[in-house]
Amino acid sequence: MLAICDYQDREAFSELFEHFAPRIKAFLIKSGSDPVMAEECAQEAMITLWHKAALFDPTRASLSTWIFTIARNKKIDMLRKQNRPEPEELPWGPEPEPEAGDVIEMQQESEKLLHAIAALPQKQQEILKKAYYGDLTHQQLAVETGLPLGTIKSRIRLALEKLRHELE
Amino acid sequence: MASTQAMNDEMMLSYASGTLPAAFDLVVASHLSLNVESRIQVEAMEAVGGAILEKETPIKMSENALSICMSRIETETPKPRKAQSGNYVFPQPLREVVGGDLDSVQWRPIGGGVKQAILPCEGDSSVRLLSIPGGTAIPEHSHEGMELTLVLRGAFVDGQTRYGRGDMEYADDHTEHQPIAEDGETCICLTATDAPLKFNDLIPRILQPFAQI
Repeated sequence: MLAICDYQDREAFSELFEHFAPRIKAFLIKSGSDPVMAEECAQEAMITLWHKAALFDPTRASLSTWIFTIARNKKIDMLRKQNRPEPEELPWGPEPEPEAGDVIEMQQESEKLLHAIAALPQKQQEILKKAYYGDLTHQQLAVETGLPLGTIKSRIRLALEKLRHELE
Repeated sequence: MASTQAMNDEMMLSYASGTLPAAFDLVVASHLSLNVESRIQVEAMEAVGGAILEKETPIKMSENALSICMSRIETETPKPRKAQSGNYVFPQPLREVVGGDLDSVQWRPIGGGVKQAILPCEGDSSVRLLSIPGGTAIPEHSHEGMELTLVLRGAFVDGQTRYGRGDMEYADDHTEHQPIAEDGETCICLTATDAPLKFNDLIPRILQPFAQI
């Protein structure tokens, strides 16, 4: 990633493309996009990643988290005429030289999060994923799963609580 | 206030997963520009999104996807977003919609000294700015569906809770609320509702004080 922003390294970019573009495509198809739009959106997201590489701060987010936000915003931009409103850049923004220790800490956190999600009970995992695939509102989720709306909401909350707890 | 907290969590999750209606996106993005705690909360939820993405079973891109991408990178130059610093009343996402800060707003009086400005927004949800003189009750809202209000200047009090700059209040059909602008400074709020816009431009001015806002 650093190679992309420092040297505009095409090889490093190709590797990221091979890893993430098919995952973005899969994520978007599960979110209700048709395959053509999902492919186009994955393209757009990867182009944005190239152009915004210098803004990536590895001490604040993992690469997959950052790419998730780019893909999410692209999807919305494609569905709407207006661009999605984004919060202001934080004043403490990316450091010119991130501390190696902070980067490693963030990587470890992300690993822990992956394990914590995998360790959730199956039903919580599924509902959590559906909340992120999003084209289903909570109301629709209730119809689809046959669970009352309150149960869906508390299950999502419970999953997030558990993750929070796991990471503390 | 447990239910309010739960609603707030749900708003943040919907924002993080990108599933909010446009009007609510604007209110939440503005809120996140002013509130570090919510910002951290959303970033944690985005990390969950990142983890779900990472674990996704890949679906093959088309044969020449990478080469198309590389050639587009060479030909397309993005419009960089200008980072603006300064003392603004409106956070950047709101300034981008209004086309400026508080002084660029085209207000329309709706009675009782209250003014509103409806902002352009896609979809069925709507978003508006409200200006409420100190000590004035915020006019009765039509409470079909959700409503999300962010304070940008001044403050309002609802029951036991005070909402100041950067604070957000959620309300829906089940919420009893009667927000009143705090004495003193005029309160400026950004409000999203998911009921479609009615009346506002059709009702003669004389009837406006009675119209739902």
